[in-house]
Amino acid sequence: MDDFLLEYLPILIFLLISLGMGVAILAGSFLVARQKPDSEKLSAYECGFAPFDDTRKQFDVRFYLVALLFIIFDLEVAFLFPWAVSLGSIGIFGFWSMIVFLAILTIGFIYEWRKGALEWE
Amino acid sequence: MIVQTIVFYIFAGVTIGAAVMVVAARNPVHSVLFLILAFFNSAGLFVLMGAEFVAMILIIVYVGAVAVLFLFVVMMLDINFVELRQGFLQYLPIGGVIGLILMIELIMLLGAETVAIPKTLLATVPIPPIEDRTNTAAIGDVLYTKYIYAFQAAGMVLFTAMVGAIVLTLRERSGVRKQRISNQVSRRRAESVELKKVEPRDGL
Amino acid sequence: MVDGSSIGFWAGYAWPVILIVLKVLAIVVPLLLLVAYMTLAERKIMAAMQMRLGPNVVGPLGIWQAFADGLKMICKETIIPTGSNKVVFLAAPLITFVLATLGWAVVPFDAGLVLADINVGVLFLFAISSLGVYGIIMAGWASNSRYPFLGALRSAAQMVSYEVSMGFVIITVLLAVGSLNLSDIVESQRNIWFFIPLFPMFIIFFISTLAETNRHPFDLPEAESELVAGYQVEYSAMTFGLFFVGEYANMFLMSAFTTVLFLGGWLPPFDIEPFTWIPGYIWFFLKVAFLLFVFVWIRATLPRYRYDQLMRLGWKVFLPFSLLWVVITAGALIIFDWLPGA
Repeated sequence: MDDFLLEYLPILIFLLISLGMGVAILAGSFLVARQKPDSEKLSAYECGFAPFDDTRKQFDVRFYLVALLFIIFDLEVAFLFPWAVSLGSIGIFGFWSMIVFLAILTIGFIYEWRKGALEWE
Repeated sequence: MIVQTIVFYIFAGVTIGAAVMVVAARNPVHSVLFLILAFFNSAGLFVLMGAEFVAMILIIVYVGAVAVLFLFVVMMLDINFVELRQGFLQYLPIGGVIGLILMIELIMLLGAETVAIPKTLLATVPIPPIEDRTNTAAIGDVLYTKYIYAFQAAGMVLFTAMVGAIVLTLRERSGVRKQRISNQVSRRRAESVELKKVEPRDGL
Repeated sequence: MVDGSSIGFWAGYAWPVILIVLKVLAIVVPLLLLVAYMTLAERKIMAAMQMRLGPNVVGPLGIWQAFADGLKMICKETIIPTGSNKVVFLAAPLITFVLATLGWAVVPFDAGLVLADINVGVLFLFAISSLGVYGIIMAGWASNSRYPFLGALRSAAQMVSYEVSMGFVIITVLLAVGSLNLSDIVESQRNIWFFIPLFPMFIIFFISTLAETNRHPFDLPEAESELVAGYQVEYSAMTFGLFFVGEYANMFLMSAFTTVLFLGGWLPPFDIEPFTWIPGYIWFFLKVAFLLFVFVWIRATLPRYRYDQLMRLGWKVFLPFSLLWVVITAGALIIFDWLPGA
């Protein structure tokens, strides 16, 4: 168990080091360079004129749909990982079990396709 | 081992702190970002328990997919959050009751595991030590055969979610021109090009 | 090794940690140097492909150009727009940078030459690549400006779409290996590199990495002609620099991932005399360099995709095709009884 955790220790240390490096680079540049802000410099870039209204507003619902479908397929992939690793020991029954699972989701996928949810306009 | 204990308390502390900030943060986007922080630290806790597969899946599915959707919704919805906050007191009793029930359930569960139910009844499949069988393979060994009904039920749930997402969000927009590749490919010269014989000095 | 009660503080805790720190630095510092030189190599290769000279003023053949660029970037003013959300605005490039470097913790450079030899290396890299989207969404939102916002939206949807088929492709490789450990994956390619039996998957994976790293021909998030520079519009100085370094380090990471999955990692192309003289990490490096060259080659050659075409390719071509290949691969392995650990 301890050997197992020791493999993860470098990742933790790596995380701290690269975080430290990133902060150091940002701070270093901030200190080295001359900072002389003015209101024009700090305004949002918008091809020469001031923005009319707030940027963060509603947008096409299609982006939500893509994110939703992504979650579903990502879960499907998550289910496939252990299956791929131990297919050798669970044999033909495990194989068909997964085929049924995939078939159900393929029906969903065909439904999506026919409904035009995958079209981008 | 002392290092393990220290790391555990750091992860656990940050998880709880981040979870509190999810509720307390004024800006909803900050809430989601704190939620992601909490997910990360719980993944760390899973690794400490030796459940590396679950830890990685937690990051891939929850942080990589679910939280992206949350961010999408929260960032882009045009909601006046000051107004939303005013309903806070109104929902406080219900929220409190739900929280209380959850807490009682957790206490009962913890109590049950230590006192009432023997461990042999809880774990029906022996967990192989991580040195002989990695826990990804250990999950794979039982999930698709022994727990096949639960597994297929998960498939059904995903299927329902997929159909539901489409029914709820799909809107047909009229007047958009889509690319139809079959039409492009099946275009023939005869139907699109016309040769005109033009007499000299006559024009068309 | 780390058992404090019997060995004491220095031998038990401090030295192992210092050793790890040194190893981490031995990965990160060359990585950053290589990233700097990747930018120069990219400009040189593209110049050669377009019959130009490329940078040739700073030093002989322009070899100091990379450092000149870096120095210039450090000396620029850090601009944080007034309407922006400052903490998130600064965190976004940091996240991109940290993720792109952190992935290298599990990459095996040679047999046994790996910092963290975890059991779930593949999942770790997959997780890292799926988190890459955060730096971009956060940057786009925190800038509170029109172009970054649109760029971030596009980018998020694009990365998410190609993530799925990447997952399925990884599954096909795992079926043939039976382990999530990256070293095991390389070792199981001793007889044949996986890009030969799984050639279509190799192509899909490589194209998906192009989309994941927002490289040509999928660089719509930063399409200059319509979005100026996408999510990076409001960034300057090293905040921009970190994005830039992160993006290139990500390219390196994805090339290394492809090498491990399909091109046999550190293994020589033929297991006979003249090839086995060269050490494994050189082979690994050569393969990564080749893939990076292809990245640049594609950038110099192909025009940009249109957004609807990009989504169509991801969801309607790659996704069903790779799913089908998962089933075919599994079926074939079962029929011929080639499964590992059977």
